[in-house]
Formats: sequence, C-alpha cells, structure tokens
Amino acid sequence: MSQIQNNLWAAPRLSMRWWPVFRRNFLVWQKLAIPSLVGNIAEPLMWLVAFGYGLGSLVGQIELGGEKVPYILFLASGSICMSAMNAATFEALYSAFSRMHVQKTWDGIMNAPVRLDDVVLAEMLWAAFKSLFTVTAILGVMLALGISHSPKLLVAWPVLLGVGITFSCMALIFNALAKGYDFFTYYFTLFLTPMMFLSGIFFPRDQLPPLVRLLADWLPLSAAVDLVRPLFLDRWPEHALRHGLVLTVFAGVSFWVALALTRKRFRS
Amino acid sequence: MNPTLLSVNHLAKRYGDQTVVNDLSFHIEPGECLGVIGPNGAGKTTTIRMCLGLSEPDGGAITYFGDRHMPGDALAIKARLGVVAQMDTLDPDFTAAENLLVFGRYFGLPDRVISERIPQLLEYAALSHKADAKPGQLSGGMKRRLSLARALINAPDLLLLDEPTTGLDPQARHLMWERLQVLLQQGKSILLTTHFMDEAERLCNRLLVLDHGRKIAEGKPRDLIAEHLEPEVVEVFGQGAVPLAQEASLQALASRIEVSGETIFFYTRDNQPLLAALQAWPQLRTLHRPSNLEDLFLKLTGRQIREEG
Repeated sequence: MSQIQNNLWAAPRLSMRWWPVFRRNFLVWQKLAIPSLVGNIAEPLMWLVAFGYGLGSLVGQIELGGEKVPYILFLASGSICMSAMNAATFEALYSAFSRMHVQKTWDGIMNAPVRLDDVVLAEMLWAAFKSLFTVTAILGVMLALGISHSPKLLVAWPVLLGVGITFSCMALIFNALAKGYDFFTYYFTLFLTPMMFLSGIFFPRDQLPPLVRLLADWLPLSAAVDLVRPLFLDRWPEHALRHGLVLTVFAGVSFWVALALTRKRFRS
Repeated sequence: MNPTLLSVNHLAKRYGDQTVVNDLSFHIEPGECLGVIGPNGAGKTTTIRMCLGLSEPDGGAITYFGDRHMPGDALAIKARLGVVAQMDTLDPDFTAAENLLVFGRYFGLPDRVISERIPQLLEYAALSHKADAKPGQLSGGMKRRLSLARALINAPDLLLLDEPTTGLDPQARHLMWERLQVLLQQGKSILLTTHFMDEAERLCNRLLVLDHGRKIAEGKPRDLIAEHLEPEVVEVFGQGAVPLAQEASLQALASRIEVSGETIFFYTRDNQPLLAALQAWPQLRTLHRPSNLEDLFLKLTGRQIREEG
C-alpha cells in the first residue's frame, strides 16, 4: 500500500500508526500546557463575564422552551460550543500548518513507515483533544462560578468532543489549501464569524429573519448549541438524532475532502 | 546470498511534456556506497523522491530487498530504510534525545528499545554532550549529524542521504564524512546524492552521473576519471591568459584545451614540456594538478550554469 494515495478520493486508509504522531503533538504540548491553557480559557471567560454579567443585567432573562433562564446561563451554554469550535480550529489551522508546511514535520514523519492518511487523522484527533481540554477547563470554571450544576453536563462533555472533531475536520480542508497563514483569515471572517452570530449563541435563532433562520438551523454550530444548551438546563435535547447527524455528516464529509486535498498537496 | 538492496529499472518521470527522469536504471548491493551526482535539475531529487515512494513514477520499477516494490510496499520498505532529507526536519520543540525517541516511535519501536539506542546514536553523532539541547541551539553540522542519528534509529539496512553535507563548513563536513565512513566500515549500505566531488570520491564505491534525467556515466570514481580524462591538468590564469588557447605551440603539447572565464585548462598526459613552454609567459600563474572527479563532472555535463540552480 502506497504511503500517499494516488487516487485522491480513495477511501481513507487508517491504521494505529496515527498514535505515535498524536503522541508527538502531546509531548510538545506538555511542555507548553500551562501558558497555552491560560490563552485558551482567558478569552472565552472574558466574553462570558463581559456579556453574561454586563449585557445580562440589561437583558435579564431569556425565554427558552417555555422556561425563563438567566442570560448568563443562556450565553455560557452556547459559548462553550464556540470555544470548542475555536480551539479545534486554531489547532487544525495554525498549528497543523506550522507542522505540515513550515517545520516540515509531516515530511519527516513520512520518512518513517507512516501513511499520510494516518498523519491527517492524528492531526484531526489532536485538534479535537486540545479542544476538549480547553472545554474541560472552561466547564470547570463555569461550575465554580455556579452557572450550572446540571448533572447532565457529564453528557455535554463527550458531545463537545464531537463538536471539536467536526470543526477539526472542517479546518483541515483549509489547512490543505493554504499557501500561508493569511489564508486562514478568510475562513474566520467568511465562515466562522457569521456562523458564530447565526447559531444562537448570543441570542435565540428565532430572532433571525425566516430565510436566514432556515439556513442557520442546519449549521454545525447550531446543532452543537441545540445539543449542549439543554444539558446545561438539566434537560434532554430535542431532535438529538438530527443534530448528531448534522455534526457527523459535516465531520465525515469534511474529513474526506480534507484528506483528498492533502493527498493532492503531497502528491507530485 | 544477500539480495540486491535496491534495484531501479527503466525509471521514468514526466511533468507535463517535460521528461525529468528518462529510462534510468541502477542498483545497490549490500555494503556499497553509491553516489548520484549531476547538475541542478538533472533529476537527482526526483529520483530520490520516487525511491522514497513520495512521487509516483510514470514508468519503470523500483524494487527493494529483492521482492518489495515501491510505492506499493512503501511501509514495509520504509521500516528498513534510513533517510536524511536535503532539508532538516528535526522537531524544534524537542531536545536531541527526544527527537530520537519520537522518531523511533513512528517505526513502532517500543520505548525500551529506543531508549537503549539513544545514547549509542548520540555518541556516534558526537552529540552526547548535547542530548538535552534543542535543534535551535545546535550548529548546522550538529543538526545534520542529529538527522543522521535519527535516520539510524530503526537500524536500517539501507541509508538514503540527499545532499547530506550541503551548507556545512569544512570542519563539519569532514566530521560528517568520517561518521559516514564509520557506517560503511560497519557494512552499512548508502545511496547518496551530492554536489561535492571530493565527497563522492571519498565515500562512494561507485558513481552514477545524471544529466537531463539520463544516466550519462557509471563506474568507480578512479575508473571513470581514467576512462574519460587525461591524468593531469595545468590551469593557467592571469592577465592575457585566454588568447593562449589559440597558441599553436601549446596546443601541440596538450591533448585537450578548455577555456572557462579567465582560466585555461590544458589536459595532458605529460606535464613537463607544457610547463616548460609556459615559462615564456612568466606573468601568468599556473596550477598543475592531477585531474579529478570535478574535471570529469564538468567534462560530462558542461560548464554552463543551469537555470534551475
């Protein structure tokens, strides 16, 4: 079996060889974990404090499924999904690109018996892991602040891992296409930022014009918010299957596309 | 009997309508060091990339260890190869020892085995005192030796080295040569590309000269020189040297004359009459030396600068 699939759209050929690549990233991260953690959780917490407590005092309560909930709880349950998205995206764009293109770490790895598909899988899982780590830290702070004490947060945790996986897969498409770091700005300004405002993180999606809402309901970040927010309120999400399917399809299709484009990048 | 380590047959690679490797065949036997030399754009790096399974050939076959085919058996082959690429791919965030550990894991080696090998490899690379230094703290020569040590982590049967000493200062280069000679004495086999003819002459049992994607010569360094060149060269340079190429009395004393820039090269089998005749131009400087691989290389591939360089 060839190391770089010649047929770009061939099915992913995955093996356990992704594990040493994942471990490599883990070992680097261990050295920088504390400063990187501060960076990863400080910003989302600032959003939470500024908007949740500041704006929250103006907004008061928000009506959600017939129940009034404090704005800070509404915001926290949505912004944790945004944090999962951002952490996964940053790792799968900037950090993966550094390893792939700048440091040529991937080229080095492929002098050993590791297939490109496994390298991409390792990067994807690594970005998802980092996202989960960030999310866990933020959840810890939210628990400490008493924003939610729902026991269903235990279920939110694996769901957020799934969110991290989905956004890692999507970001890897842009990693495969990038010529430089500047390219990633497009992805943020054209995709992620609009999605952030359309997915019901800061205000309920029923405030959106009907046509926009139709689109917004199928965004992966909306699916994430609709799954995670009820768990913060100690309820089970409605249409969980549909939302789970949206995330899975986005993840699966994106991973396949990312893999094809990465194979193309490495093939010559 | 040991099988041929690497056998390349009628290899071809085209980019669009440009043929960069054309009907190339060569092989490496156990214990051999084969050098691939050629100007920029001759197809050396493309050939190496195909041998590493990173680029798909348009024709021909690459067979390792008798029965393993590239790129189909890439993983099984890579498990037994050691590679030093032209550009260092060391991990900047890891110490020298960690670089070896992490790379060994890519081969599926258990940490216990790798940990046993690390001190030996660092000692071999003359880097024992730098085990805890990161690549950023190492000199160019140390980084190359660390790359070499890293390529040995899986105890490979064959080493592929793509310009292993490019960019190094003479001290670092000599140390690298000495380290490679140690490997050859241990019976390791090496495929090496280089731009340095003294490197090729020192290390390689056999040479392959490529130009425009084709093999234009192959053989032992000394045999190639004897086959293609007169044994001695007299270089003449200085003010007014170039017109001497037209001097009939000198032409008679040399088997072949080349002019490059302000220097004339007289290739000869007998230097005495030529040197005596040159006494007539005392203002010119002369350099008399045995012909070498560089002369051969320039004769075979020409003196013009290659665009791709």
